[in-house]
Amino acid sequence: MRIKADTRLCVGSGQCVLTEPAVFDQDDDGIVALLTDHPDDQSAAQAHHAVTLCPSRALSIL
Amino acid sequence: MTKGVTGELAGLELPVERGCPFAPPAAYEQLREQAPINKVRLASGGEAWWVSGHEEARTVLVDGRFSSDKRKDGFPLFTLDAATLQQLRSQPPLMLGMDGAEHSAARRPVIGEFTVKRLAALRPRIQAIVDRFIDDLLAADQRPVDLVQALSLPVPSLVICELLGVPYTDHDFFQSRTTMMVRRTSLEDRRRAFAELRAYIDDLITRKESEPSDDLFGRQIARQRQEGTLDHAGLVSLAFLLLTAGHETTANMISLGVVGLLTHPEQLALIKADPDRTPMAVEELLRYFTIADGVTSRLATEDVEIGGVSIKAGEGVIVSALSANWDPAAFKDPTDLDVERGARHHLAFGFGPHQCLGQNLARMELQIVFDTLFRRIPALRLAVPVDDLPFKSDAVIYGAHELPVTW
Ligand code: HEM
Ligand code: SF4
Repeated sequence: MRIKADTRLCVGSGQCVLTEPAVFDQDDDGIVALLTDHPDDQSAAQAHHAVTLCPSRALSIL
Repeated sequence: MTKGVTGELAGLELPVERGCPFAPPAAYEQLREQAPINKVRLASGGEAWWVSGHEEARTVLVDGRFSSDKRKDGFPLFTLDAATLQQLRSQPPLMLGMDGAEHSAARRPVIGEFTVKRLAALRPRIQAIVDRFIDDLLAADQRPVDLVQALSLPVPSLVICELLGVPYTDHDFFQSRTTMMVRRTSLEDRRRAFAELRAYIDDLITRKESEPSDDLFGRQIARQRQEGTLDHAGLVSLAFLLLTAGHETTANMISLGVVGLLTHPEQLALIKADPDRTPMAVEELLRYFTIADGVTSRLATEDVEIGGVSIKAGEGVIVSALSANWDPAAFKDPTDLDVERGARHHLAFGFGPHQCLGQNLARMELQIVFDTLFRRIPALRLAVPVDDLPFKSDAVIYGAHELPVTW
């Protein structure tokens, strides 16, 4: 599984960070920052869930 | 709630005030069962699309062809009266009413203030605020106590003081005026409180412009100076937006959350037994009550095919977050309050680029309040039968006017 984050679309809701903090972070300006773009098996399901929760469709699975 | 909407295609008269305090109006369900998107007639005249399916609601709210600009002709303004609309038209637009690049330019500079990390640093301060009001509650020499006045309103007001950097000596002033603004007092009293607060905030921002401070506005001022665009009026408006968007909403959700838990003792027992369940309980209470229904209204700026209907440019679209949050296609047994549901895809904070800026602050406040209240006053109970509670059944933001409790 590979995750992509489009920082231009991100609106800083923090939904992804709440859902899977092992994969998603926010920089000081509140914009999404990926901690890894290859979530391990343990994080995969939650990372997938975060993609569906993102309100600005900034996250996608490649 | 969404007063004055009548079903047209559906041929329904919608009694859209919440009848049962714990459920959407029955007509919502009938409309949703007919179609995820219906045409309805507005009491104010004209028609609008009524979006009640969860999937369709999300689809509309992420689609940039729908505008949030309430000043545009044809915007379905059923929740605003003429006076508010005029006020809205006479003032510079807030991010809430902006679209596209303009919205992004207004929101982006502020989102760093609301990151999960930055808010975590605020947690001890919020805990101290909550503890202080519960100390006062426990010391009260009279019961029952109205929880709305004693806890629900003051906690978010003081949290906004923290956010705006209101000095401690002004907290009492700030809290009394913010409470006055949302009380069932005369319009004149509310106007005066509004004017006093506006003047206060204007002065506060002016002071922060001359003395650098390490808080939200201090940082906004520094950022704007760096870019060479200090916008005093814009900062005052931003402060007011945070106050009006974040105070009454959180207060109402505190009151309703307490009512929801007290009337579902088996659910309350679950979070008392394990406070790790509280964050999910908060999500469920947000879904269950969806206090800001219909604020997610939009105007189509182009023709759009969605959910089997063709919406034409210039037509109004009312996204009912409440109906979407009770859509059985998205939430199993939606009528059950189930703190273990574990569902975060509700639309209580909206969806799309305008999704609530303060959502993670609100979440934290609610978690701290529920945990602390039921830990410190485990015998808390309603002092009147639930049917006697005065709910804000016809207000834009749902809540309770009063909440007499005892223990
Ligand atoms: C339980 C409490 C709250 C609820 C239910 C709530 C609900 C909402 C909803 C539904 C929207 C979206 C409106 C739209 O799509 O047009 C919104 C936007 C907003 N909220 Fe909240 N809110 C709450 C608390 C707060 C707090 C505590 C703050 C800040 C201190 C806040 C600040 C904002 C702002 C600034 C916006 C506009 C965002 C934008 O337009 O980009 N809210 N809120
Ligand atoms: S959920 Fe989406 S909008 Fe929110 S912070 Fe993550 S990437 Fe950004």
